[in-house]
Amino acid sequence: MGDLMYKYDTYDQAMVDARVEEFRDQVRRRLAGHLTEDQFKPLRLMNGLYLQLHAYMLRVAVPYGTLSGAQMHALGDIADKYDRGYGHFTTRQNIQYNWIKLDEAPDILADLAKVEMHAIQTSGNCIRNTSSDQYAGAAADEVTDPRPYAELIRQWSTFHPEFCYLPRKFKIAVIASETDRAAMRLHDIGVQIVRGEGGELGAAFYVGGGMGRTPMIGPLIKAFVPLDQFITYAEACLRVYNRHGRRDNKYKARIKILVHELGKEEYTRQVEAEFAHLLSQNIEPPTAELERIKAQFADPAFETGLSEELDRSDPDFALWVDNNCVTHKVPGYIAVTISLKPIGGIPGDASADQMRLMAALAAQYSFDELRVTHAQNIVLAHVRKDQLYALWQALDEAGLGTANLDLVGDIIACPGLDYCSLANARSIPVAQKIGQRLAAKEQQIGELKLKISGCINACGHHHAGHIGILGVDRKGTENYQLLLGGCEGADTSLGQITGPGFDEDGIVDAVEKATEVYLSTREGNERFLDTYRRIGMAPFKEALYG
Amino acid sequence: MAEVQFRFRDDEAVGDPGVTVDSFGAQSNAAAVRLEPGDEARDLLPHLARLRLIEINFPAYGDGRGYTAARVLREAGYTGELRAVGDVLVDQLAFMRRCGFDAFAPEVPLDPADAQAALDRYPEVYQPAADGRVAIWAKRHADVQGG
Repeated sequence: MGDLMYKYDTYDQAMVDARVEEFRDQVRRRLAGHLTEDQFKPLRLMNGLYLQLHAYMLRVAVPYGTLSGAQMHALGDIADKYDRGYGHFTTRQNIQYNWIKLDEAPDILADLAKVEMHAIQTSGNCIRNTSSDQYAGAAADEVTDPRPYAELIRQWSTFHPEFCYLPRKFKIAVIASETDRAAMRLHDIGVQIVRGEGGELGAAFYVGGGMGRTPMIGPLIKAFVPLDQFITYAEACLRVYNRHGRRDNKYKARIKILVHELGKEEYTRQVEAEFAHLLSQNIEPPTAELERIKAQFADPAFETGLSEELDRSDPDFALWVDNNCVTHKVPGYIAVTISLKPIGGIPGDASADQMRLMAALAAQYSFDELRVTHAQNIVLAHVRKDQLYALWQALDEAGLGTANLDLVGDIIACPGLDYCSLANARSIPVAQKIGQRLAAKEQQIGELKLKISGCINACGHHHAGHIGILGVDRKGTENYQLLLGGCEGADTSLGQITGPGFDEDGIVDAVEKATEVYLSTREGNERFLDTYRRIGMAPFKEALYG
Repeated sequence: MAEVQFRFRDDEAVGDPGVTVDSFGAQSNAAAVRLEPGDEARDLLPHLARLRLIEINFPAYGDGRGYTAARVLREAGYTGELRAVGDVLVDQLAFMRRCGFDAFAPEVPLDPADAQAALDRYPEVYQPAADGRVAIWAKRHADVQGG
């Protein structure tokens, strides 16, 4: 394959190999009784291993969502060998396996290490996998590919000795376009790579965003950090948080609470003071290191002079193109989203066979590279238009041709009470029922981002859904609150609760009623979100509770 | 008080236990002080010259403020003993060493073989800290870093 994504050198490989042996030893000490479950817990969590309702769950890191074909193929093989033949792609662009045995977990890590993958820091109170734009390197509107900066963060944050016992988990996103496709401002740190006045690149830092029970949109604390001070600034942001973030209450421990309680100005002042100090400590990688990483994300060998024409005579194909494909920066190419949201399916799930097929199709049609999106789909970023029909036929045959990107069926859902020990309510059955109920109308409804969380931790991003659903436990029964008007991206907004919650069937009815209000009042090309923003909550409340 | 189980320095250990940060200010001859997680390490910076031992307490291993305190002290030039005390466990030792701790007095003594394995585990480090280890990026670009 070409130089299209980051490849490990001997140093990177040595680190993941050492991690496999470390975890093998930790599991041995746990099974021998040298570690209590309490002592083992943070160690296994820092390796992405959760004890769930029925089994262990292993979350594997997919840095900034980018995978090679060989890596995707290996993920399929792991699903067959250690799980029940499928895996679940997550809102953090990772993959998790739900039926893992503790004594096999070290072997899975060893299999992952063979394809330059790991599960390092996919859980725990540390810096998690850095997420990014799923169209990086293909988007026409980016100032540069954001992933080299995310890779720089990956290396800096891996086993960072000062920041592995933070007050709470810490999530960073890096983008490089005005259009935010990574919900950047809903992260602990959101970085936007921007051009300065002289045309040079720098990093804008947004700090203190997040979802969970207290959703907040991260404020801009520094508009331009020169790239040769990028890691130093991040270190300053983290150090102030590690020192002063609240540890008395885990629900107030995220950095968003610190920034909110101190105020953006005071937090920024403390970061600037720490930054001034850290500049004297020589902790910044040299520019040559960034250049080394950047060279590995160079454009593939795009053909020139390709036709821009598409044969749209097959209506099913044309529908899929209109829904699931976006413009590419190079003429003759297109970026494709493979929906993992078949009608009535489990959002984000893929079978081992589907994973291996996607790997093979990536090799054949998209320079052997794929991305996981935070909406739990898969992207082939660089497909030739003259090969698009053949690709679609292969996908469709494997149940991967669902034409519903950003439609109501493209639901984001957390695993919910079917798997998760934190959940209060099931998410998956609600997603399945809504998908089935509205399938016939979804083209008519158009863009509608629906997001479901099974508890207040908000892994399903319900605050950021045009329609959000939050499952809660009300006196021992599952109850679902409805939120309207959330949005991620440049015009980030948080959804508002409509009123009293609903039972499982009631929430499906309520979503349908909300779409009916929209369809009867929309003007022109308004999306659901636009109509909501124009007419407000009242007409929806009237339809739901009137 | 727990015994010092591991010590990575050659000088003679300070016998006196560290006094609290509050009483340290009043006892102008104290050479040892004990930091709790909520204490501000930078309050000690004016007094580093007379300090020979700083204990940093970890009442619970999950409270990571002591890692920052340790680095802040080392970055300010403190060269005396930096001792981790309290809920110090095998799998935190390597991080603590990297942040500048050079002595450990765990509440519950650790298996020495496990501790040694943990300290020797990682052949490389991705970032510079307070232990002088050379970051991977510096090795990759030894020519431009001057070694």
